[in-house]
Amino acid sequence: MELVRSHVLVCGGTGCTSSGSKQIIEEFETQLKNFDIDKEVKVIQTGCFGFCAMGPIVIVYPEGSFYSMVQKEDVAEIVEQHLLKGKIVTRLLYKETVEEDNVKSLNEIDFYKKQHRVALRNCGVIDPENIDEYIACDGYKALGKALTEMTPQEVIQEVKDSGLRGRGGGGFPTGVKWDFASKSVNDQKYVLCNADEGDPGAFMDRSVLEGDPHSVIEAMAIAGYAIGANQGYIYVRAEYPIAVHRLQVAIDQAREYGILGKNIFETGFDFDLEIRLGAGAFVCGEETALMTSIEGRRGEPRPRPPFPAVKGLWDKPTILNNVETYANIPVILLNGAKEFAKLGTETSKGTKVFALGGKINNTGLVEVPMGTTLREVVYEIGGGIPNGKQFKAAQTGGPSGGCIPADLIDTPIDYDSLIKIGSMMGSGGLIVMDEDTCMVDIAKFFLEFTVDESCGKCVPCRIGTKRLLELLNKITDGTGTLEDIDEMETLCNTIKSSALCGLGQTAPNPVLSTLKYFRDEYVEHVVDKKCRAGVCKALLSYKIDADKCKGCTLCARQCPVGAISGKVKEAHIIDTTKCIKCGVCESTCKFGAISK
Amino acid sequence: MAEKKVPAFQGTKEQEAQLKEVIAKHKDSKGALIPVLHEAQEIYGYLPVEVQTMIAEGLGLSLADVYGVVTFYAQFSLYPKGQYRIAVCLGTACYVKGSGDILDKFKERLGIDVGECTEDGKFSLDATRCIGACGLAPVLTVNDDVYGRLTVDDVDGILEKYGF
Ligand SMILES: Cc1cc2nc3c(=O)[nH]c(=O)nc-3n(C[C@H](O)[C@H](O)[C@H](O)COP(=O)(O)O)c2cc1C
Ligand code: FES
Repeated sequence: MELVRSHVLVCGGTGCTSSGSKQIIEEFETQLKNFDIDKEVKVIQTGCFGFCAMGPIVIVYPEGSFYSMVQKEDVAEIVEQHLLKGKIVTRLLYKETVEEDNVKSLNEIDFYKKQHRVALRNCGVIDPENIDEYIACDGYKALGKALTEMTPQEVIQEVKDSGLRGRGGGGFPTGVKWDFASKSVNDQKYVLCNADEGDPGAFMDRSVLEGDPHSVIEAMAIAGYAIGANQGYIYVRAEYPIAVHRLQVAIDQAREYGILGKNIFETGFDFDLEIRLGAGAFVCGEETALMTSIEGRRGEPRPRPPFPAVKGLWDKPTILNNVETYANIPVILLNGAKEFAKLGTETSKGTKVFALGGKINNTGLVEVPMGTTLREVVYEIGGGIPNGKQFKAAQTGGPSGGCIPADLIDTPIDYDSLIKIGSMMGSGGLIVMDEDTCMVDIAKFFLEFTVDESCGKCVPCRIGTKRLLELLNKITDGTGTLEDIDEMETLCNTIKSSALCGLGQTAPNPVLSTLKYFRDEYVEHVVDKKCRAGVCKALLSYKIDADKCKGCTLCARQCPVGAISGKVKEAHIIDTTKCIKCGVCESTCKFGAISK
Repeated sequence: MAEKKVPAFQGTKEQEAQLKEVIAKHKDSKGALIPVLHEAQEIYGYLPVEVQTMIAEGLGLSLADVYGVVTFYAQFSLYPKGQYRIAVCLGTACYVKGSGDILDKFKERLGIDVGECTEDGKFSLDATRCIGACGLAPVLTVNDDVYGRLTVDDVDGILEKYGF
């Protein structure tokens, strides 16, 4: 093996790729050649480090220097100063790691300190396109152990004992699901992976697939052994080209190594995998719809029972698990259920990955033990809210979930606590909102999403959500009444109890939870015709502060409808009957005289 | 919804040969229709009824089956897209950070609505869901290029880059 003295890890996750990490890798390769050290320094493209806000990120080992927001122009300096002369380029280090000439390790910085990486253990650590690196990190050892030392029943028992619950949102105990399917007698069974990641605003599964695809492959093979299936499908969103590519590379490599295919590890166990692409339909994340979609049809759900464990894909017994659920499996088998269950709470074991986004400083991917409080995530890991604004609420569970208001910020994040306060764990999207977010508008945003994505098969969802959206529109337009609010509540409860699948049953949640915690904002829209966040355009009116206005005429010239008038050097006024509330005047005024 | 005009189909012989190959490759596997549609859209850029008919015949399905699937999934398009496909992310993270205003600005500048294409065929505008780059919100893509950490003021510059 060649001797390499330094490793340069460059994040190749979607976030960093979007901000140019590919060019950075190429530049590193060029510059290393320039300085003739390309034999001793190795550049590796890894999966997501999680700290997307600071991307593109480059880490140099053995020092562990954490360079953030690296630009292509910076690469030559890193190569010459750091890799050639051994002088760390302090100017490019993430500022929190620099401490009086002393470089702190990654695990000491606030963003990582409280995190526990189980599902993400290899993300940002290994080259996802190289199976040897996965194997070097104990990869495929759990599969070997299962096949050679454990019976299928023992595997299932271990998963049951770990307390692992589904990470796709529902939180169903994984071991119990496998047990059902193992008891179904049939000559053909299937193992499926849900990588549809439908929550708009979440990218946990994507990061696992991009950073550590082999962990999912390994876990699916283990699941196949446990329930007696020899074929699996991974259903991935077509919007995730990098993930699809790395997954395909990983499957090909696993086949080449005999880890997928016939007679794996000479044990007589056969298992193979195929990728199936989604095509942009949220409902296909629902298990029965996902199966119809793999069958090549319109992805409409069907009633359960029969449950997939009895009658699933092509009417054969099938299990479906989420990407992150699978990523935990090898760890459980290798370290034992007991070790796994040490993290977390009584009823929610292990960790959960969240995609932290919205109005927060450290956007990115975080993995914390279940039971960590929302406050810890937002303020300690997330670094708080930008621009000195106030935390208003956090949204979890996407279009099926709800909001957690500021006074519940000390709620521990686990399945049961979140349900109790009217939200849900969901698959891991965690969007932070500040005072500039209108809660009625957010409810409307999610409703527009579900109306758009309703497959139309059942009436409560197809028509009910549409009526609900109409009522919300009335309220944000300023024509709603207090009766509308009550009617919305009734309608929500009707949809919840009568829709066919999870999409419709949970669609009213964003409305119900904002009504529960922010009813006063709804009332304000209706009674005072006011949107305190200044988001609902119909309720805004712009005005000019006569004391601040210098009469420069800039706004009058910019206004597209000629609604502003006034003489030079005299205060201007806005004709609100003409104003279309485009906000151009506010953003052009140099004196801050215009406000809404 | 008002009927949109579909331009006359202009598929070439080469494209047809490619499509036949794709159909032959998938014909015998279960659930072949969606993978074939994906590849067909790669070849033609969209899925007009002529292409759907070829696929239906090739896979032994009815045109109604194929049409039903094409119209169910948002990724499949019955209309051609622009040379530059602008897609503004309206996922939650981007929406909260103001991507709605960015989309409005594009509509205003291009004079088209979401799902439409400019007359000269140069730009089409779409609203997408999360593309997984929420850390850079708000984001948009133009073909395969991703732009992040945007403000409304970036719109003109981006359009200029593509020769608007
Ligand atoms: C409308 C709808 C959308 C869903 N979308 C997803 C999804 O994108 N990813 C996912 O893993 N589970 C999703 N689920 C949950 C799945 O139906 C299923 O419960 C889950 O994939 C099972 O895996 P788990 O037990 O490992 O969580 C969705 C459910 C519904 C009702
Ligand atoms: S919400 Fe826009 S990229 Fe995720």
